[in-house]
Amino acid sequence: MNRRTLRKLTNALALGLSGIATAIGLFFLGAILWTLVSRGLAGMSWQVFSAMTPPPGGSGGLLNAIYGSVVMTVIGILIGGPVGMLAGTYLAEYGRTSRLSAVVRFVNDVLLSAPSIIIGLFVYELLVIRMGHFSALAGAVALAIIAMPVTVRTTEDMLNLVPQGMKDASTAMGAYHWRTITSVIYPAARSGIVTGLLLAVARISGETAPLLFTALNNQFWSGNLNAPMANLPVVIFQFALSPYPNWQKLAWTGALIITFSILVLSISARVVVSSLNTGGDR
Amino acid sequence: MNTVVAIEPRHAAGQRLRERIFQGATLAAAVLVLLLLGGVAVSLAVGSWPAFARFGVSFLTREVWNPVTDQFGALAPVYGTLVTSFLALLLGIPVSFGIAIFLTELAPVWLKRPVGVAIELLAAVPSIIYGIWGLFVLAPILQRHVQPWLIAVLGPLPVAGRLFQGPPFGIGILTASFVLAIMVIPFISAVMRDVFETVPDVLKESGYGLGATTWEVIWQVVVPYARTGIIGGVMLGLGRALGETMAVTFVIGNAHRIGSSLLAPGTTISATIANEFTEAVGDLYTSSLVALGALLFVITFAVIAAARYMLMRLERRALSSL
Repeated sequence: MNRRTLRKLTNALALGLSGIATAIGLFFLGAILWTLVSRGLAGMSWQVFSAMTPPPGGSGGLLNAIYGSVVMTVIGILIGGPVGMLAGTYLAEYGRTSRLSAVVRFVNDVLLSAPSIIIGLFVYELLVIRMGHFSALAGAVALAIIAMPVTVRTTEDMLNLVPQGMKDASTAMGAYHWRTITSVIYPAARSGIVTGLLLAVARISGETAPLLFTALNNQFWSGNLNAPMANLPVVIFQFALSPYPNWQKLAWTGALIITFSILVLSISARVVVSSLNTGGDR
Repeated sequence: MNTVVAIEPRHAAGQRLRERIFQGATLAAAVLVLLLLGGVAVSLAVGSWPAFARFGVSFLTREVWNPVTDQFGALAPVYGTLVTSFLALLLGIPVSFGIAIFLTELAPVWLKRPVGVAIELLAAVPSIIYGIWGLFVLAPILQRHVQPWLIAVLGPLPVAGRLFQGPPFGIGILTASFVLAIMVIPFISAVMRDVFETVPDVLKESGYGLGATTWEVIWQVVVPYARTGIIGGVMLGLGRALGETMAVTFVIGNAHRIGSSLLAPGTTISATIANEFTEAVGDLYTSSLVALGALLFVITFAVIAAARYMLMRLERRALSSL
């Protein structure tokens, strides 16, 4: 075989393998989604959304878990979102080149990829031990700490995309910096910031590890933030590993609900971004 | 129109006050980010103090984990964490590399975005979903089809064979590594894709101009140029694999022992914490689990910091070359 054919063969082989690698990645996504649909749909019924988690063997739904997840995710994003936005604003506007910003950016990146179970331990030490019991509030705080770095990052990136000319125009009219930020920059970056918040919600709504020893779980309906609260991820964890068929079935249904909510969130966030990039939004 | 804008002094003072408040709020939020990381470090140090005070350095070197006699050592979970993460990278890197090449060099434009998004969605799937999928779908397949084959074919080998002996449990170190590999693929391939895209077209075109094939351009131009970024992406994936909790908890088997076989059940730091923390009775037990968390924090912090540092340096280079 001459050198030329060998090179061509190597090329074809390498490129073929890269195509196969992509197929492998897509295959696993498909396999996971297919499993969720085929096993989760079987247990899908109106009862899932209208009844409480059942005792072993009994019939029931996931209402309290869905409610708990929504409550904690909402509180988490209500705390983590604004704080993250403010910090992102500092990085993009006030402290753009300061020493502090460089450190904050670095630390934020570390927090962004820190193991979520560590955040759970932190909140346990910080809140649960002091309050003396597990609570939905502690769970929400843990989720807020996870949502915050995501928001910081996306807010900074999106504010940086706002054209300098717009900022200058506002400053030239005599507006103070805060006025420029709240009346010009935020509205201009609105879709981007909303996208960041959506991604943060997507990230925290599937988190399990930080809730295990903060919010714990609750078999019953509870609207009390100061008490343990049921939530989908921990219910899925508990039910899937149980020996009871009705629990396992509900676990799959819960898994289907949570995954598709998150995929819808992530995809819609991407749609917002791409409409931004192509100028479709403004 | 003949408007004159006169800024009243009182109005200006109000504006200045609001400016101060707003700026102060943003600064406080930024500092809070630092305080959070500091708070995590301090709380882990405080929480793990009883365990380290009692066992000292031997906490790191002992395999024993016995809540009944209050004897705890971190060796088995640390071993499990390192081995599963290493294997996950071993399986995940080639696939991620292939995906990044496909997305940057091969895919037609209309295919790039949907495939790229699909791979990114793999990262959006919550880790608990990987856990139940791994336990109920992947583990039985590995147990019935893959592991018997590994035991039969690789088991009899002289040295490496010891890694593939024993009964096919289905769950264990190998299964956990497999699930982790799938989970790190979107992270590593996303970073690789991004750094491949920073390679200037002129460099690639020079390669093609000399008659190089696509693969030769990738291997001899793109990869060397993007080396720092590739390593940064891999380290980021490593950080992810080291700290991954729920997926591993489902499929690792939770056995506090170090077996020579990869097919045997084991445990990792995060799986141990997730499984035992709420059931831990006694201060020393709880503290030992927090100490495990502290170890995990130190390991992942080092890895993530190194990764971010490399990627930051790369970003700066990309900016300066513009």
